Amino acid sequence: MADSGVTDEPGTKDDVHRAKTEGKELSKEEKQRLRKEKKQQKKNKEKKDEKASHESEKKKNKEEKPVSAAAPASQPPTQPSTQKAPSAVPAPAPVPVPVSETPALADKPAKTKADLKAERRARQEAERASKQAATSKPKAPPNELQPVVKRLPEHVQVDNPGVLKKLAKKLERQQIPLRLDYGYKVSLFSHLHQYSRKAPLTQQLSIPSTVIHPAIVRLGLQYSQGIVAGSNARSVALLHAFKQVIRDYTTPPNEELSRDLVNKLKPYISFLSQCRPLSASMGNAIKYIKKEISNIPSQCKEEEAKRKLLSCIDCYIDEKIILAAKAIAKSSIEKISNGDVILVYGCSSLVNHILCEAFEKNIKFRVIVVDSRPRLEGREALRRLVQRGISCTYVLISAVSYILPEVSKVFLGAHALLANGYVMSRVGTSQIALVAKAFNVPVLVCCETYKFCERVQTDSFVSNELDDPDDLIVTRKGKTQLEHWQDVPSLGLLNLVYDVTPPDFVDLVITDLGMIPCTSVPVVLRVKNVDQ
Amino acid sequence: MELQAVLMAAGGGSRMTDLTYNTPKPMLPVGNKPLMWYPLNLLERVGFEEVIVITTKEVQKMMATDPKMKIDVKMKLDVVCIQEDGDMGTADALRHIQQKIKTDVLVVSCDLITDVALHEVVDLFRAHNATLAMLMSNAHEFTETVPGQKGKKKTAEQRDFVGVDQSGKRLLFMANEADLEDGLSIRKSIMRKHPRMHIKTGLVDAHLYCLKKAVVDFLADNKSISSIRGELVPYLVRKQFSKTTNSPKIKDDAENQNQKTNDNFTYSNQRDNTILQPQQYEPLLQLAQERSCWNDHRGDMSEAYHGGKLRCYVHIIDQGLCCRVNTLAAYIEANRLAPKLFEEPAVHPSAVISERCQMGSDSIIGALCQVADKTSIKRSTLGNSTTVKEKVKVTNSIIMHGVTIEEGCNIQGSVICSNAVIGRGADLKYCLVGNGQRIEPEGEVHSHKHTK
Repeated sequence: MADSGVTDEPGTKDDVHRAKTEGKELSKEEKQRLRKEKKQQKKNKEKKDEKASHESEKKKNKEEKPVSAAAPASQPPTQPSTQKAPSAVPAPAPVPVPVSETPALADKPAKTKADLKAERRARQEAERASKQAATSKPKAPPNELQPVVKRLPEHVQVDNPGVLKKLAKKLERQQIPLRLDYGYKVSLFSHLHQYSRKAPLTQQLSIPSTVIHPAIVRLGLQYSQGIVAGSNARSVALLHAFKQVIRDYTTPPNEELSRDLVNKLKPYISFLSQCRPLSASMGNAIKYIKKEISNIPSQCKEEEAKRKLLSCIDCYIDEKIILAAKAIAKSSIEKISNGDVILVYGCSSLVNHILCEAFEKNIKFRVIVVDSRPRLEGREALRRLVQRGISCTYVLISAVSYILPEVSKVFLGAHALLANGYVMSRVGTSQIALVAKAFNVPVLVCCETYKFCERVQTDSFVSNELDDPDDLIVTRKGKTQLEHWQDVPSLGLLNLVYDVTPPDFVDLVITDLGMIPCTSVPVVLRVKNVDQ
Repeated sequence: MELQAVLMAAGGGSRMTDLTYNTPKPMLPVGNKPLMWYPLNLLERVGFEEVIVITTKEVQKMMATDPKMKIDVKMKLDVVCIQEDGDMGTADALRHIQQKIKTDVLVVSCDLITDVALHEVVDLFRAHNATLAMLMSNAHEFTETVPGQKGKKKTAEQRDFVGVDQSGKRLLFMANEADLEDGLSIRKSIMRKHPRMHIKTGLVDAHLYCLKKAVVDFLADNKSISSIRGELVPYLVRKQFSKTTNSPKIKDDAENQNQKTNDNFTYSNQRDNTILQPQQYEPLLQLAQERSCWNDHRGDMSEAYHGGKLRCYVHIIDQGLCCRVNTLAAYIEANRLAPKLFEEPAVHPSAVISERCQMGSDSIIGALCQVADKTSIKRSTLGNSTTVKEKVKVTNSIIMHGVTIEEGCNIQGSVICSNAVIGRGADLKYCLVGNGQRIEPEGEVHSHKHTK
């Protein structure tokens, strides 16, 4: 009764409750009023915080009169006022009403208005606090405008033992071994997995792997050892492995290919995500394949279905990766002019492709490759560019503010583009974008549309990937300082893989659909969904 | 199916004829289990369900009757018999079963006793799409005195020179001392691609190889290769750097494959290319490799693996047990170390041992043994159904099945083969007593091989 929104209810609700207990039917009026009250209650719940307590009191006083008037009209003339007090106790209000209110209610006529106001305010605060403290599920009102609560993915809830147990159960069901986390995790990132490269998942698998297709085991190994790295490479390798799986697949009797093959792929995907968390591009590729498989008509013969699927995969790669790269290169070349100094970071296959194409078109430019530890991928980018004949400079990320005055443009690759326009890329990219912005150098991000993902993220903590911390250990002149880092209790090694760049630092995103600003990503996603 | 296991159990044990002239090598008891039980156990533990065993008829007969093989080995054994005197090398044997080989193959030798984590070798094979992956171990010296040898004479074993790259995984060079008459020469192409090479000589080859199916097909065409270790492996290692394998004209070669030329010229480059690399030309795989920002080396302008399609890898273990039982010294060493591999009780429950017997904790007593009073058995292995009478002292020895040792004997550092009888009061030091032999009572034998 302390809630302003509920004050209307208990009166009539008591009536109804009384009526119900007395075994009498609810009249039409009562039912209508009930419905109206429910709607009002919803509205009032939302306005709960603004309404002052004295208003509630006013309402209560007002309500008493009409209730008492209504009561004799509907039911046999029992004493409403006297019955009100005791029936107020078991008030079937949907909001939990503390019982302590009832003695106060009984004392009501005795106290002054101000006292009552204060009391009610205090009660409201207490209830609000208790509601916030209790993690009770908010009753989802039957309102279609409210969005469905999305569940967090498992791989960002590693510090929740309940989630871990569920994952272990799921893996056990799929007969896939669970990979254990390694080493001390920095507390800010303790909700992410951290694996060691020296403990591959194949340790716990039988050697001629029967549960998991050998192509998938090989792929998982290549992921975890970093032999296949980079968003495009991982997706292509994944689709190649899926092609082999489809080729070797035979429909068991009494099963449909469209349903059984999808079920067969699920443990493989779990295995791969245990080896290395899936990238956004891989996720989109998997969604596409699953959709294609489930769209196979049931009367289709197995051979034909398999052929169709294989050609779908080839088509997807051709369109989304190869042709997209060509289209992006074509648009980007317009942005590169003679005499340009282009800064690139790390090794992005797409940016390397663009630069090589531009060089073929005889545009005179030079490249500055920025690199960072521990991956040092820039060396590979440097090798590829120099092999083509492009003149390059190589610096580490610590020198980026020194070299930026020379730079005319910055080309960055992306791992994924998030729905709020943030760019998720290799750790260090947001630094480069920030410094470039400070120097007023245009930043262009190149990204194919199949890497667009519907996730929203504004910081690099919530969802990231932790690589093997032992990668940070380096031996110089025979000395390895960090060799026994695990023995030092206050030391933690952090090897982040990704970070997010806000759209304010990105001037243009070059995609296969054209050159769009960063904030148009949700539009592209919407259009894509409509198409599909 | 990913891998098929092949166990080579047809070897003769040419370097320990004293032991093998009566018992074939695969059935020699080590720690009271037949020698071939150990690699089979390794394969079973790792998860294999079927093994193709290449062996002789004699061994097959013995396998059928041996209790250990029947009960302990749960895998399906597909036994292929070959002629004993056929002088068949390991590669010849592989060629013989070519029809049964449907996927990549894991070849194991029957005399390998190891507790290595097999996934390390197979992971190299899988991750790098290698043609060959093998296992080697840093050897250790045998310190025990070998019976039958007068004095500590070390036979000059022919050394193996193994060259690996900086990571220690890629196999760059392999040759035996016998083939290097005028010095060790390394091709310039290898040095250009791998400027830092570590050459090791103290490694023991475990004879465990993962081979691609294409290699087995290649063997079928090249009949002159007869030994895996002696000829095939060095050939593959050399072939990694040969110019023709790295040529980009793979498509043309694929067309030429259809023309079957009948010349038995083994090392014809054209056919080798096609046979050894049919599946390497996968457009998607190449695309993935191109887009991946990984390289296995740095410092030069070439792509990952230097663009080479044929790759050989080796896994070298420093710790752990890995020994090949092909000499007498190795046999004795194996008997000492093998029991640590499994947790069976040292004393078989069916053995009858009197209370007044002094038995060291590192001795193994087989089934149905009878050990009488006042005996002392230290650091020794007693085979099944052995009878040891009173006042016998057995130290550092290996006693096989069905042996009878009469009272008062003193046996030290010796190997006594099956069904031998040691007479009363005999004193044996560092001896080898062959099958079914008798030592006269009160005999004193020192460092002597008492065989037929």
